Amino acid sequence: MERTVDVNGRPCRIWEKGEGQTIYWLGSGPMLLRWTQFHEAVAQGARLVACSLPGYPGSMGHDILDDHLSWCLAARDLLDAAGFKQGDVLMGSSTAGALAADVAAMWPEWVGSLILVAPFGLYASDEPTRDMFALHPARAAGMIAADTDAYKAQLAAPEGEEPVVWNIMVVRANEAAARFLWPMGDTRLNKRLGRVKARTRLIWGEGDQIIPPSYGDRFAKAIAGEASTVKIPGGGHLVELDQPEAVAKAVLEFVA
Amino acid sequence: MRFMWFHLMPYKDLPTNFKQDHNSIWVDVDPKLMSPHRVHDYYNEFLDELEYADECGFDAICVNEHHGNAYGLMPSPNIMAATLARRTKNAALCVMGASLALYNPPTRIAEEFAMIDCISGGRLIAGFPVGTPMDTCYVYGQNPSMLRQRYLEAHDLIMKSWSATEPFDFNGRFNQQRYVNVWPKPLQDPHPPVWVPGGGSVETWAWCGEMDYVYSYVSYYGHVAAEATMNGYWDEMARQGKDRNPFRAGFLQFIGVAETREEAVKLYKEPAEFFYTNCLHVDPSYVMPPGYVTEATARMKMKSQVQAAADRSQILGSVKNDMEGILAEGYVLIGSPDEVADSLRKIAKKFNVGNLLLLLQFGNMSKDVANYNTKLFAEKVMPQLRDLFEDEWEHKWWPKPLDQSMRTLPRTAMAAE
Repeated sequence: MERTVDVNGRPCRIWEKGEGQTIYWLGSGPMLLRWTQFHEAVAQGARLVACSLPGYPGSMGHDILDDHLSWCLAARDLLDAAGFKQGDVLMGSSTAGALAADVAAMWPEWVGSLILVAPFGLYASDEPTRDMFALHPARAAGMIAADTDAYKAQLAAPEGEEPVVWNIMVVRANEAAARFLWPMGDTRLNKRLGRVKARTRLIWGEGDQIIPPSYGDRFAKAIAGEASTVKIPGGGHLVELDQPEAVAKAVLEFVA
Repeated sequence: MRFMWFHLMPYKDLPTNFKQDHNSIWVDVDPKLMSPHRVHDYYNEFLDELEYADECGFDAICVNEHHGNAYGLMPSPNIMAATLARRTKNAALCVMGASLALYNPPTRIAEEFAMIDCISGGRLIAGFPVGTPMDTCYVYGQNPSMLRQRYLEAHDLIMKSWSATEPFDFNGRFNQQRYVNVWPKPLQDPHPPVWVPGGGSVETWAWCGEMDYVYSYVSYYGHVAAEATMNGYWDEMARQGKDRNPFRAGFLQFIGVAETREEAVKLYKEPAEFFYTNCLHVDPSYVMPPGYVTEATARMKMKSQVQAAADRSQILGSVKNDMEGILAEGYVLIGSPDEVADSLRKIAKKFNVGNLLLLLQFGNMSKDVANYNTKLFAEKVMPQLRDLFEDEWEHKWWPKPLDQSMRTLPRTAMAAE
């Protein structure tokens, strides 16, 4: 089911499917372009509510968010509009994972459980993340996903869709992520992760070439709540696309 | 026709195998390749070349801004313009330009431009570029998604600071200043002419038209590839109901003049190939940060297959770098004075441009060759084109300096007289 909610006077898209335990998911740009095997696998065991942040596929309004506080408030407003209630499960992936972590830090009583899939938000000079905004065009797909064909197929315009309109949506989603993560993906989360009280699960592709999997340990150590880490073999940064069943299993086990 | 001598100030001692052994000439260019001692030599040679262009009668001398770049050694063009302001007498000083969004607060640019205008007796052309992604977003860390909005706000603040007759507060989206009070103001009243160097952005065309600023297409790919951009610009002017005054537009072209075409090929082959092999060796990873290009421009480029192919070719480094290809593509225009004059006349008429930004030093060209190129162009090419457009159109965007008789001269010049 698809619906649109209002955030700062701009439309934001929400997809939902499934029954049972609700998981509110702030997805990454590529994973919100189309419904995938990962979405389906989660929806088989829970109610997945996939929320597109401003500027992410299906949503507008990134261009009026000028600072990090505005982004955090927009993420909270989007979740509110999607139906999130105190104690619910929040999940965030990759770029959007940084904002999910911040929501859990800013409103620690509000988020019951937290799932972070290879989130941005930290940066360590002794073990830097790859510059996601400076990927060589010929090598980008291989850096982002282990399954490059699946990634390219995920980004390609579906049949019947106007390619320019679709490609602008992809471009816009990249811009939206850059708007709150430029230049190095460090949102200074290290100052706030100690406020996260939610029981947390961190999921990482073992072959993540954007954010080293050891960042999972950095997150787990900094979060005040009980945190467990699952590293997925055969997964790159976009691990939900590379290993949909394994990630869905790690999610569903956690919320069971 | 106005002739503007443009310097990039390249690092000329790159190793022969630079392209094979190094990732990029920009952003992550290897600092170990650079000798400050050589830069000392270069700066003084390059400034000599610019001063010589003034002596030879060029209408303007131009400097520009780059960061983390081995083909453009001017992180601060204003420093260069300041020294030129003291050592030249006639040429307009075109700072093309200072990237407004990089400075916090942007009134720093208002102050420095005003200083250059005052020192030079009102000879400044104020270039306001958005700046390249490599300079602004990667090396200077500016957010590509906000760069253009910051640029526009910085522009508004600078223009207001030049015209204000009282201190004022500025509470903008990105800049907050309780007390804006620029001392000194520019000498030119109400302000120096504003020029905007650009690539092919539709917003920049529209904005230049709305603001009545000069649009200068600054491309290294010559006249053949420029047609779509220049046509796009004039179409936008027509849409806005603007006249076709050629002095609204500038165009950059590499030039190599010699007594004969054969001699020109011999003389300029090495520096041209040096430039197109090494100086455009930019890692494509640094060319397109998300949000740098607006959605409207991205849409236009996606729809235009020609534009998309040209972009791909430039981004992926498939530009020609052998002399035959360089000449065939029109990157560099060479020949005898008559041939060059003839080609430039055709280009100027075709693109309807009244301001030619000319690169007469490029790549590893020596000072002697650069000066030869400059002198021959000034003596034998310029006179053939000098009158073009001047009878039909008024140049409303040129500096209005103090009369020579009213200027206070630098000490050395006074002593010489």
